[in-house]
Amino acid sequence: MSTSAPARDAYAPPPSGSPQTSAAARRQKWRSRLWRFDDKASPYAYIAPFFLVFGAFGLYPLLYTGWIALHRVEMTGLDQMQWVGWANFDRILHDAEFWTAVGNTFLIGVMSTVPQLLVALGLAHLLNYRLRASTFFRTIILTPYATSVASAALVFALVFRADGGLLNWLLHFIGLGHTNWANGHWTSKIAISVIVIWRWTGYNTLIYLAAMQAVPTDLYEAASIDGASRWQQFRKVTVPSLRPTILFTIVISTIGSMQLFGEPLLLEGGTLGATGGNENQYETLSVYLYNYGWNLGHLGPAAAVAWAMLALLLIIAAINWLIGRFVRKSAV
Amino acid sequence: MTMTSPTHAPGLTTRPAAAPPAPRRRFRPGAGQQLKGGPFAYLALIAVGIGSILPLYWTLVAASHTQDEVLASTPPFLPGGRLVHNLEAAWNQAHLGKAIVNSVIVSGCITAATLFFCTLAGYAFAKMRFRGRGGLMTAVIATLTIPPQLSVVPLFMMMSKIGWGGNLESVIFPTLVSAFGVFFMRQYLLEALPYELIEAAKLDGANNLRIVRSVVLPAARPAMMVLGMLTFVQAWNDFFWPYLALNQQNPTLQVALGQLSASYTPDQSIVMAGALISTLPLLVVFVIFGKQIVGGIMSGAVKG
Repeated sequence: MSTSAPARDAYAPPPSGSPQTSAAARRQKWRSRLWRFDDKASPYAYIAPFFLVFGAFGLYPLLYTGWIALHRVEMTGLDQMQWVGWANFDRILHDAEFWTAVGNTFLIGVMSTVPQLLVALGLAHLLNYRLRASTFFRTIILTPYATSVASAALVFALVFRADGGLLNWLLHFIGLGHTNWANGHWTSKIAISVIVIWRWTGYNTLIYLAAMQAVPTDLYEAASIDGASRWQQFRKVTVPSLRPTILFTIVISTIGSMQLFGEPLLLEGGTLGATGGNENQYETLSVYLYNYGWNLGHLGPAAAVAWAMLALLLIIAAINWLIGRFVRKSAV
Repeated sequence: MTMTSPTHAPGLTTRPAAAPPAPRRRFRPGAGQQLKGGPFAYLALIAVGIGSILPLYWTLVAASHTQDEVLASTPPFLPGGRLVHNLEAAWNQAHLGKAIVNSVIVSGCITAATLFFCTLAGYAFAKMRFRGRGGLMTAVIATLTIPPQLSVVPLFMMMSKIGWGGNLESVIFPTLVSAFGVFFMRQYLLEALPYELIEAAKLDGANNLRIVRSVVLPAARPAMMVLGMLTFVQAWNDFFWPYLALNQQNPTLQVALGQLSASYTPDQSIVMAGALISTLPLLVVFVIFGKQIVGGIMSGAVKG
């Protein structure tokens, strides 16, 4: 790295005439070419690591998954691949458990995302007031974010336990019955949604709060001059201004709920966790994939599940897009 | 910031001196955003705050009693005296010592690499002109939407083929960079790094690497702090891929925790002791840097 010659020399007009200076001119020219190469290549060099790592450990495996899905590969012999065509897809698409997992993923996704985002919106609205200790509240609300899926799932497993669970003790204490949370179809989904809501509400609250603080004050002024109440201001000014942010959080939460793994796996732990309960009542697609690939050792069907997840993701994206278009159209 | 006077304190703000509420009230300009929160706001936030902390408190309580006490018909509500015993038991049952070392290595490597690569890429996307910049940035953001589930099967096979199966490399390398990090650094540098500074360095004859070292890195430091903490939290807490990639003898803390609870008859108090060990370091980080982390999440989100 040479910094001895000031750069502006490179742009100075080459002194023509005497032979000694022509050597200097050539050196100048070479230097300026080097300079231009540095300018052209550096940006690519700086972004290259991202694309190299993503290509090697993200994109390539993603495409390779499709190839593996057409083969028989067992955990016991990873280097033996045997062509089976669509058999893996056939197998999972005719498996009732797969469709249960699809339904569970969808239901738990809705049950955790909708309340979570609504509560986050309300909390952000409260935090947008002038408050004492508002930094303290923001930090406290975010603490669950510092907890891992594993510890959160395990402590909630204890809370939702059928025998000696904290929640059942509370219900008993106020005179309500006793529930076997993990066993029920709805109650187990509620339990998992609670874990998700607990961990992510604070995070979404902060995202909404940031967007709220960016809403221009004039809008509120105009609204209040027109006599809008607080609630009207919230509905007619805050929420529309937040629409892009809300869409963003919906997309992120949807993708997140497609991935739910630790919460169902650890709700009961052991073999029940790996199959999402005794009737697969809380088995998500990720757990199904794990069970096929890592518990039963059949990687071909597991890869097929991954592609089914991709298809579902694309369908959700299309629905999202259609709804977005519909909302825009009807808003005009 | 507008002063709020009792006469226009509506809705959630109830002040004793307020005039009797009229059905429709006109607000002074600027009343929208900066109104003081009333008791309802405080009550709601305190309730949510307690809800946020309670499960963590329950982890501590459960980790400091015997399992029988925790699961008794009337559970304990204050921490007991068995904490050390349970921590020792968790430590011995689940390779927790090794798991802590592994978690530190994994999170440390991922954080360092993410900071380095994301700052470089963020700088390039924010301040350098090159062909395909817009398209490539869109590609970076698009990768955010791909769940890891879609590539774990071949990733597992690849790792075992190159001899990283069950090793920490298999967890570290796929996460060396993050799309969020690139985006985050770009957003920050767009505003925090004026073009004049780069131009001045160029006029002084600095090449690009030197500009990065002496202009970009100092300007990026506050954002790097935040990104570093966010990345560390995420790497420390990551569960899905490490659980599939690592084995019982060589786990990270989260994997060890998962295995502890998956054992045949797990003792819940010991499991909670393990959960406490895995959460405590991050809680300490949060107590110290909470404000910065909050600010970081908000600054990363606002222009999303």
